[in-house]
Amino acid sequence: MTNTNFVLAIEDLTVSFDGFKAVDSLNLYLDKDELRVVIGPNGAGKTTVLDLICGKTKSTSGSIKFKSYELTDLAEHEIVNAGVGRKFQTPSIYENLSVYENLEISFPKGRGVFGSIAFKNTPEVDARIKEVAAEIFLGEFLDMESALLSHGQKQWLEIGMLLIQDPELLMLDEPVAGMSVKERDQTEDLLTRICKGRSVLVIEHDMDFVAKIAHKVTVLHQGRILAEGDMRSVQNNPDVIEVYLGH
Amino acid sequence: MVMNFMYERILGGKNGAIGIAILAVLIIIILPLALDLFRLNLVGKYLTYAFAAVSLVLLWGYGGILSLGQGVFFGLGGYCMAMFLKIEASDPVTTSIQSTPGIPDFMDWNQLTELPWFWVPFNSFSFTILAVLLVPTIFAFIIGFSMFKRRVGGVYFAIITQIIAVILTVLIVGQQGYTGGINGITDLKTIHGWDIRDDSSKYILYFINAFLLFGVIFLSRYILTSKFGRLLLAMKDKEDRVRFSGYDVSNFKIFVFCLSAMISAIGGAMFTLQVGFMSPSFVGIVPSIEMVIYAAVGGRMSLIGVVYGTLLVNFGKTIFSETFPELWLYLMGALFIGVVMFFPNGLAGIWQKHGTKLVACVKKMQCVSHVKAMIETRRAGSKPAARLNAENVSGE
Repeated sequence: MTNTNFVLAIEDLTVSFDGFKAVDSLNLYLDKDELRVVIGPNGAGKTTVLDLICGKTKSTSGSIKFKSYELTDLAEHEIVNAGVGRKFQTPSIYENLSVYENLEISFPKGRGVFGSIAFKNTPEVDARIKEVAAEIFLGEFLDMESALLSHGQKQWLEIGMLLIQDPELLMLDEPVAGMSVKERDQTEDLLTRICKGRSVLVIEHDMDFVAKIAHKVTVLHQGRILAEGDMRSVQNNPDVIEVYLGH
Repeated sequence: MVMNFMYERILGGKNGAIGIAILAVLIIIILPLALDLFRLNLVGKYLTYAFAAVSLVLLWGYGGILSLGQGVFFGLGGYCMAMFLKIEASDPVTTSIQSTPGIPDFMDWNQLTELPWFWVPFNSFSFTILAVLLVPTIFAFIIGFSMFKRRVGGVYFAIITQIIAVILTVLIVGQQGYTGGINGITDLKTIHGWDIRDDSSKYILYFINAFLLFGVIFLSRYILTSKFGRLLLAMKDKEDRVRFSGYDVSNFKIFVFCLSAMISAIGGAMFTLQVGFMSPSFVGIVPSIEMVIYAAVGGRMSLIGVVYGTLLVNFGKTIFSETFPELWLYLMGALFIGVVMFFPNGLAGIWQKHGTKLVACVKKMQCVSHVKAMIETRRAGSKPAARLNAENVSGE
């Protein structure tokens, strides 16, 4: 079969740590404009899948095709330059820099050593930073040191740092962890907005939130796919109920 | 536009410009006027160490990469310069009593009969200048490439650089015939006939050294205020985030390591010129760690602060090692621990915390009448006096 219609096509992906298969011959396909949520109990291999896609962990076997790139052959920064962005589970921002500087650093220009020395903050860059900041609800916090942001705002900032790169595949590891109800609603709004024109892969535990945002849900269990489909069919799947209630 | 660029990026805005100006007045005007030539030459020597301290601001302060081997690059720069001077000092006439005239004396003592191949290009002064800049940089590139591409960092990197310092010292000491051994390369005299030991030459070299130091500070400031500088800070904080934002982190580390090597090497070459010799005791562990102490005491985030740190520690060393020679090393160790524990930002940090308050205080005295007026109003029943106080502090 041909993979090229999908933005992301993972086939037979396996990674084993000292014989333990954290991800076991996984197949996963992602369309353009799709927002996919991966759920599963602790240790199911959700984060490992993201690690494999973004190159943080090297796979034992299998393939990850992103557009025309074979990601398993690329270094981390090459994967990012190909158009993959990834948010980490705990907000990973530069605490000692301002919100503005965080976004500026993430702007996809001047990525080489000499490029970064010669990098100039042009009006276009400035406009783009402000545009993204407004999108992630931080338009008024541009000058604030990012360490002073609330936990939820830090999550948004990291999403913004990815958005400014305009990735075609956006991977978010628990984007609403530690957020208030209001912040969750805003994030829901943000995610539905940003999945237009790109693919989004989300890992999330909060089932209500998943039901609101997911186009399709994939349930992982012990490194394998247990079920896949829309939220309702997954929730009624006896295997899924078994796994979740069993824990 | 150009002026603005100069002001913001190279001088570092208002505060940076004032800091540079004060340091420049001290080094270029006050010290040459106040000190006799012997003392000034000593200051010149200390200022060559300041190059290494500045290089550590880039590498350690901003990059978070602790190198315990800056002496290696300082030494390589110094040795390159010394090789040129030694060849010129060993003309056939002055060395006519040797069994092979025309080669450096230590080679003759070690039964060498001709100049080794790697010494030959050092006949040329322009080659020597290039070598001073490039040999340490290429060496740093090889070390940096092999370590940072494999993601060796932190303590491991520090230990490996320290080991390299030891290896190079052992190598220099062991290869007496080629390097001058433990004594180093001594009796250096002239550059194209210009005697570096003259009083006037010593002044000239002092000023060349001072201007080069400011040049290096300006270059470093330019780089640190660019996106590159912010990326260094970002890497120090969250290396993975930088990597997964599309940057090849190792390239940035290799570059800053090479740059720091080149800066240290300039210091080393100026050391040889001003002091008149180069020896393995400026290559090994002790000088390398001392350089880290200069940076720590001065404030490893401050390009200006480390210059003061270098001067202060070295004056301390000169004074104390004359009176209590055996105590000095302990004192130096205690100083390092003390600074790291209580003043992590060194002198620059203390200045920022207390010095600015001092300035605010002085300014307050200028508007003493203003304060009096405010006190009057407070007596009258309103209470804006407290606000005035807060404004004076935060207004700085």
